[in-house]
Amino acid sequence: MASGVKPRVKVPKKAAAGEAVTIKTLISHKMESGQRKDKEGNVIPRSIINRFTCEFNGAMVIDVTMEPAISTNPYVEFEATVPEAGDFKFTWYDDDGSVYDESKSIKIA
Amino acid sequence: MKYKALTAIAVALSLPMAAFADADDDTLVVNDEITMVTKAAAPAHVADVLDEVMSGWHFRSDETQALQKDDFENPAMVFVDQAIEAWETVDGSEGKSCASCHDDVETSMKGVRAVYPKWNEQAGELRTMAMQINDCRENQMGAKKWKYTGGDMAAMEALISVQSRGMPVNVAIDGPVQAIWEKGKEMYYTRTGQLELSCANCHEDSYGMMIRADHLSQGQINGFPTYRLKNAKLNTVHARFKGCVRDTRAETYKPGSDDFIALELYVASRGNGLSVEGPSVRN
Repeated sequence: MASGVKPRVKVPKKAAAGEAVTIKTLISHKMESGQRKDKEGNVIPRSIINRFTCEFNGAMVIDVTMEPAISTNPYVEFEATVPEAGDFKFTWYDDDGSVYDESKSIKIA
Repeated sequence: MKYKALTAIAVALSLPMAAFADADDDTLVVNDEITMVTKAAAPAHVADVLDEVMSGWHFRSDETQALQKDDFENPAMVFVDQAIEAWETVDGSEGKSCASCHDDVETSMKGVRAVYPKWNEQAGELRTMAMQINDCRENQMGAKKWKYTGGDMAAMEALISVQSRGMPVNVAIDGPVQAIWEKGKEMYYTRTGQLELSCANCHEDSYGMMIRADHLSQGQINGFPTYRLKNAKLNTVHARFKGCVRDTRAETYKPGSDDFIALELYVASRGNGLSVEGPSVRN
């Protein structure tokens, strides 16, 4: 597991049924592109988050393939329609095989 | 104010002049909770040269300003989270962490950022937050000092600063620190470098104007440590001072030197009355 990785998510606590809410996510990660070299001229191996997904009550909301040109601490913001109360599950997949997840529940107001 | 008068002249004569980038009148409320004082009547010791002191926040674009309004958007908070971990981490020969003595950072560090740099009676010296942190590390924890302007230090300063957000800056300038304050003031008004610029030339005489492509603020440090979009990291006061002095094409003072400590005290005192904003977001 890469060091200093911490997922963060911001989801409203409640929404009206059928309302589109804005969800903000950020994961602290160095996102080493694999293109850079160190002082000795050796390539620094690639180490990025290569996939990010969000599920709502088991249904896929967004599934993102991420590429090496994405900057450090990737921030993803998107809208999701909330048909019912439930849980958002967020998952980040690291190149090194680590999986980081976070979940947030939302109520219907 | 002086630059406003200049604008009027420029319009009247239709002369091509530097672009103007006046401070705006927006209000800074962080997390819909903390209302910041970003404009205040100038404290008595600068009232002869300024009517109002203003946070650098007012000189930034709406987009940059928005980043500071919400902790989720504020990129500096990533570093604050790192410092929360460091706060709890045991380091050095004494087997202590910050938390061993200071417990909960939210209560023990409340108000600290607002009054630093501060005279330390026991040590008989003026201490910046960085000096105090390193003193703790060296003498209480038996750990290695952090680099004065390094990432660990900046993050810890940010964590401590967060606990005072919204509180007015109120550094003492009298008593034992008066001589140091006078020295800082003299530095502020002394022209240095091949360009022969003093701090005051830009940040007192010309704030609100452009310096090439950048906006000149009053150079207030109530928002430090500052996350700068240009280098995507937290920047400490002394690192910023160094950058400024370098830009006058002078040999710079060393971060952590007596000179910069004196200057920090003076510049901090110019912002007495503004809210502690750190960690702020700037260009």
